[in-house]
Amino acid sequence: MSGTFVGMPAFPAAARDAVRDTTLRGNLRHATHTIRAKRANAVAELADWAELREAGKRIKDHTLRHLDHYLVRLEESVTAAGGTVHWAADADEANRIVTRLVKETGESEVVKVKSMATQEIGLNEALEEEGIRAYETDLAELIVQLGKDRPSHILVPAIHRNRGEIREIFAREMGEWGRPAPDGLTDTPAELAEAARLHLREKFLRAKVGISGANFMVAETGTLVVVESEGNGRMCLTLPETLISVVGIEKIVPTWQDLEVFLQTLPRSSTAERMNPYTSTWTGTTDGDGPRTFHLVLLDNGRTDTLADEVGRQALRCIRCSACLNVCPVYERAGGHAYGSVYPGPIGAILSPQLRGIGSEIDASLPYASSLCGACYEVCPVAIDIPEVLVHLRERVVEGGQVTRAGNKVVLQPAKGHAAERAAMRAARWAFTRPGVLRAGQRLASRTRRVHPRTLPGPGRAWSGTRDLPPVPAEPFRDWWQRTRNGKGGAR
Amino acid sequence: MRVALFLTCVNDTLYPDTGRAVVKLLTRLGVEVDFPMAQTCCGQAHYNTGYRHEAEPLARHFSEVFGEYEAIVTPSGSCGAMVRELYPRMGERARAEGRGDTLAATLAPVVPKTYELTEFLVDVLGVTDVGAYYPHKVTYHPTCHGLRGLGLGERPLRLLRAVKGLELAELPGAEECCGFGGTFALKNADVSAAMGTDKVRNAESTGAEVLCAADNSCLMHIGGTMTRLRTGMRPVHIAEILASTEEEPAV
Ligand code: SF4
Repeated sequence: MSGTFVGMPAFPAAARDAVRDTTLRGNLRHATHTIRAKRANAVAELADWAELREAGKRIKDHTLRHLDHYLVRLEESVTAAGGTVHWAADADEANRIVTRLVKETGESEVVKVKSMATQEIGLNEALEEEGIRAYETDLAELIVQLGKDRPSHILVPAIHRNRGEIREIFAREMGEWGRPAPDGLTDTPAELAEAARLHLREKFLRAKVGISGANFMVAETGTLVVVESEGNGRMCLTLPETLISVVGIEKIVPTWQDLEVFLQTLPRSSTAERMNPYTSTWTGTTDGDGPRTFHLVLLDNGRTDTLADEVGRQALRCIRCSACLNVCPVYERAGGHAYGSVYPGPIGAILSPQLRGIGSEIDASLPYASSLCGACYEVCPVAIDIPEVLVHLRERVVEGGQVTRAGNKVVLQPAKGHAAERAAMRAARWAFTRPGVLRAGQRLASRTRRVHPRTLPGPGRAWSGTRDLPPVPAEPFRDWWQRTRNGKGGAR
Repeated sequence: MRVALFLTCVNDTLYPDTGRAVVKLLTRLGVEVDFPMAQTCCGQAHYNTGYRHEAEPLARHFSEVFGEYEAIVTPSGSCGAMVRELYPRMGERARAEGRGDTLAATLAPVVPKTYELTEFLVDVLGVTDVGAYYPHKVTYHPTCHGLRGLGLGERPLRLLRAVKGLELAELPGAEECCGFGGTFALKNADVSAAMGTDKVRNAESTGAEVLCAADNSCLMHIGGTMTRLRTGMRPVHIAEILASTEEEPAV
């Protein structure tokens, strides 16, 4: 599995393959269950978790409501600190800007800090086309890149790989990209980490251009923040001469003080740590320290359209902690690739169809990739009601309605393939608003119960293929009630 | 006290035993139960599949049928959560669409009066020992909408612990979804079945004879998986356990 997400089948089909892949399911189950339990402990340690969660939600909501104001503020502060701000409406524009900036340095290699935004726009591929090689330096991203694979988790992109698979990838691929893996590499974590360290160290010391994203941008000071566990990001941020940061416009917070909330909730939600090992902050440029040139590319790519949707906009509060992935029973079985997007799991199921629209088959299927169990909402540190947004997007799919695309209001037609379902829902509504009709249907079902098939036709086959149907009782409750209570009560 | 039983369309049609158990139980506890015959469906399947506009007439119908009662009791965590959590939201959405307050005002009266059965027993009647007898080893699955939607918490377990003869076995991974999710079970059948299988295997590992829950829809999915996997376990609604007595034991 390599390359882009283009041409992905819809979620149910992609998930079917994943469900049957027992290694994948084993890897995912082990990893998500471990982190899930740790997260619960790390959160339980804080007596004021509920308040922190509410504060995070409010700060983000306030910022989103006044996004225009804070973005202008940010541009002013970044510029005053010696940086340059670029605005990118979509992926293509962002890629063009970054490619031009790299070319202007005369370099053909860049080192990268793990970043969702650059994955979202397919930056590595765009650079490749222009003859620029981008090296991922986050350990898990390195595994994914060397394995010509796609990330399957926000925080642990190689979560679907086990140690044996990683050893295999390192031994086979490292030499192609730089320093080869040592002979006789085993699959012990220490040896794997050391091989990656040596391989990456060469790249850090050679690279003249670094590319990053950011977890937060502080409007008041123009400061960008990256939190990480390995320190590789910090090397990318500080060693090269030029630093280019590509960041989604929703990553902004108004003040430095606001970080206090998120620097508590993010590490506990994501890696179950009280504090993340490395927090790097950078503000423009400083003489004799760090990069001499700093560019900030502010990425829209569907974000202002998402903001226009009253129910769906809460997805922009997301701080990409990945807690929702780790508790999601659907993600655990389907794996990240099935979501056909760099954002997998519950947040991916609501974010991707909003950023990209629901025009493609995969995007129209994502709102249904959930049993609405609510576990994601319960753990989300910024209280995004993911089930609410899923249902809202389902409505967009089946009923259409007004949405904003590229800044224009457009009326969506209902997606294809839901005609039979829509007819069934209408018929059910018709019957359910007429108690007499419901009753006649129940009686018919009871009377014919002995000849009911064991397997269902049409969409029902999906049910009866793996589960037995309950037998229809001889008498529905309401008939029993009327028979035994003699019609007492129930005057209405 | 006189309450209305909202049985839900699924229970009425497929699980009448649960309805009879609720009537028996509440009557035994001195509650006068009424079953408004005009009741149909709360509209949850419509709403959750994206057909909010089809769900609205059903919600209005529900409010017309149940509006005048003092309390409405339902043996379904998910239908209870539909009324309590999602009816207000439907009202808000209608308002946001410029349709005024009519829907919100129509739905408002039933929202605070609707109780899931175990909630009604513990919070309203103030009982945890309902005088039940059920000599079986039982494991309890807290369904998602009861657990996270309504916040039933320990209530069902407190009720079960007070049942004479009942041995309660803790279910590993109890809070994980069983994979039903209404139309999810059809639209993502493979993932749904995988989740159901794990739930059933966890239940089997407890050595219990019975898996009980406060929602027949989830029990339909779990039970259908149990027979397919030939576990020999039985799915039973908590109402049927609580209704069982020494004089009239449930099988
Ligand atoms: S939606 Fe919430 S839980 Fe999921 S990644 Fe974003 S912030 Fe974390």
